[in-house]
Amino acid sequence: MSNILEVENLRVDIPVGNQTLHAVRGISFSLARGETLCIVGESGCGKSLTSLAVMGLLPRAARRSADRLEFDGIDLMRASRRQMQKIRGNRLSMIFQEPMTSLNPAYTIGDQLEEVMLWHQKVPREKARERAVFLLEKVGITGAAKRLSQYPHQLSGGLRQRVMIAMSLMCGPSVIIADEPTTALDVTIQAQILLLLSELQREFDMGLVLITHDLGVVARIADRVMVMYAGQVVEHGSAKAVFETPLHPYTRGLMECMPIPGKTPPGQHLGSIPGIVPSLIGEIEGCAFRDRCPVARAGCERFDELRRADGHAWRCIMDAQEARGHAAAREEAHQ
Amino acid sequence: MLGYLAQRLGLAVLVCLTVSLITFSLLSASGDIASAIAGEEATPQQLAEIRAELGLDRPWLVRYLGWLGGALQGDFGDSLFFRETVADLIIHRLPNTLLLAAMSLGVMLSLAIPLGMLAAFRPNTWIDRLALSIAVLGQAMPNFWFGLILIVVFALNFGVLPASGSSTTWHFIMPAIALGYYATPPMMRLTRAGMIEVLGQDYIRTAHAKGLSMKRVLFKHALRNAIIPVVALTVVQFGNMLGGSVVIETVFGIQGVGYLAWESITRLDVPVVQALMLLVAVFYIVLVLVSDFVNAWLDPKIRK
Repeated sequence: MSNILEVENLRVDIPVGNQTLHAVRGISFSLARGETLCIVGESGCGKSLTSLAVMGLLPRAARRSADRLEFDGIDLMRASRRQMQKIRGNRLSMIFQEPMTSLNPAYTIGDQLEEVMLWHQKVPREKARERAVFLLEKVGITGAAKRLSQYPHQLSGGLRQRVMIAMSLMCGPSVIIADEPTTALDVTIQAQILLLLSELQREFDMGLVLITHDLGVVARIADRVMVMYAGQVVEHGSAKAVFETPLHPYTRGLMECMPIPGKTPPGQHLGSIPGIVPSLIGEIEGCAFRDRCPVARAGCERFDELRRADGHAWRCIMDAQEARGHAAAREEAHQ
Repeated sequence: MLGYLAQRLGLAVLVCLTVSLITFSLLSASGDIASAIAGEEATPQQLAEIRAELGLDRPWLVRYLGWLGGALQGDFGDSLFFRETVADLIIHRLPNTLLLAAMSLGVMLSLAIPLGMLAAFRPNTWIDRLALSIAVLGQAMPNFWFGLILIVVFALNFGVLPASGSSTTWHFIMPAIALGYYATPPMMRLTRAGMIEVLGQDYIRTAHAKGLSMKRVLFKHALRNAIIPVVALTVVQFGNMLGGSVVIETVFGIQGVGYLAWESITRLDVPVVQALMLLVAVFYIVLVLVSDFVNAWLDPKIRK
């Protein structure tokens, strides 16, 4: 499989007064066509900024740098504004956190859906309308043809997010980046929407980068999982490897915070990770997680490197053997 | 929609009635018309004759109802000064005022909206500051004074525009600039604030994520939402220009209803003043109605 998205050493810096906030501190990942990569981590770890950086939609104040940022062989770091406009919404789509406010209140659903296709492709309006109806049905909206003349305020949050998903699919993109697409929705439909995304990803053979808190869904749909902490990747590997043998103490902590179907036994007390994320203003020496880590030791204040073994990467002073020991101990404790 | 319309119209009629009642009672209380007409040396008998002729000897309420009955049929009585009916007088003067108001509105919009958008697009830069300075200047200068400056510069020094009168469209250029510039600042700030707010909205980010050009994002997705409060203010400003052109029409000698109002007040020409007050009120009410409907058209959330 050749990679459609290649990111190497991506950094996002935001000037704050006369200091600099290092929001994303050297992230690398790649995505193949038809692959689902889930990015997890708590609020403020740089997940959203990573996705906005790839899209070229960072706020004006933020500075982006990377050794490599390629989409389908196109160097996005050097792409002109024109080239980016040709890619965005066309071959690289994004779905946002806030379905309630992400649609323009002044235009109908149909107008907004058709617009993206008419903008990128030379098709007649009827063609775009057909595609809109087809996709609205695909995302599970009933009476799709009638919905086209409705305004966003006439739809519920869940329906609006479905419309956003349909909109991101209008031009048949190769990659979709979904930034916590269900955070603002009712719990009852969160999993529905995520599974819908996963289904569509398989059906249209797209790459999907899904940013989410929902580890339960991650376990079901991810091919690969990337765990972020304080603007860095702390663990990265196949979903199977990360869920079965989490090598980073933060990943283990996250998993204990959330029930995972088939893994968390009934009646199990859910954990929490004490402490707060360190300030990202200025440089961080050593492991960023050490102040909250239950197994921190001398040397953590200097260790900051991503270890790799068998396609599994983790940023911890513990080597593979020791880390696997901890993972196994955790597994036992839960049984 | 029809029910809403009927309700708004009913309310509008009620407001018109109230305005006419208040004007009528204030004008009746403001002075003795008979002695104003007859002069200071008139005998009581002469005064009584004038009162009888004008019907001023009747009770107040009877006079009001009589006037109202006439007004409803378009008869506002005769001017006490001109040998003309009030209705004719106003109809002859109204086109000049409408032209002035429309031109001022054009000046205002073509200054305020581009400046406001530019300022919002690059907030806290020199462009923003420049736009703000232009606005502050407009607000700080009394419009009659700015009008006089314009006359000195363009009519006296350069001699390119006529200083006074209303016989050609050229005569309206300077008054329209004076009146329009004065109304620009609030409109510009509203455009700027609305635009800044809208540009920070999630749906603008969505529009960028769709790969649309800056131009399309600004003019299709942002402007339509930012313009809603601007439309309401524009309509109200139009009303202000109709009612508030009294000073500018006087400065530039434009034969419009503003000038007529000023003349009539100084001459205590009560029937004319009365009719003009009602006219301004009706204009305001109609314009507010129009602004409501335009808003409903622009903002689907109001439309039901």
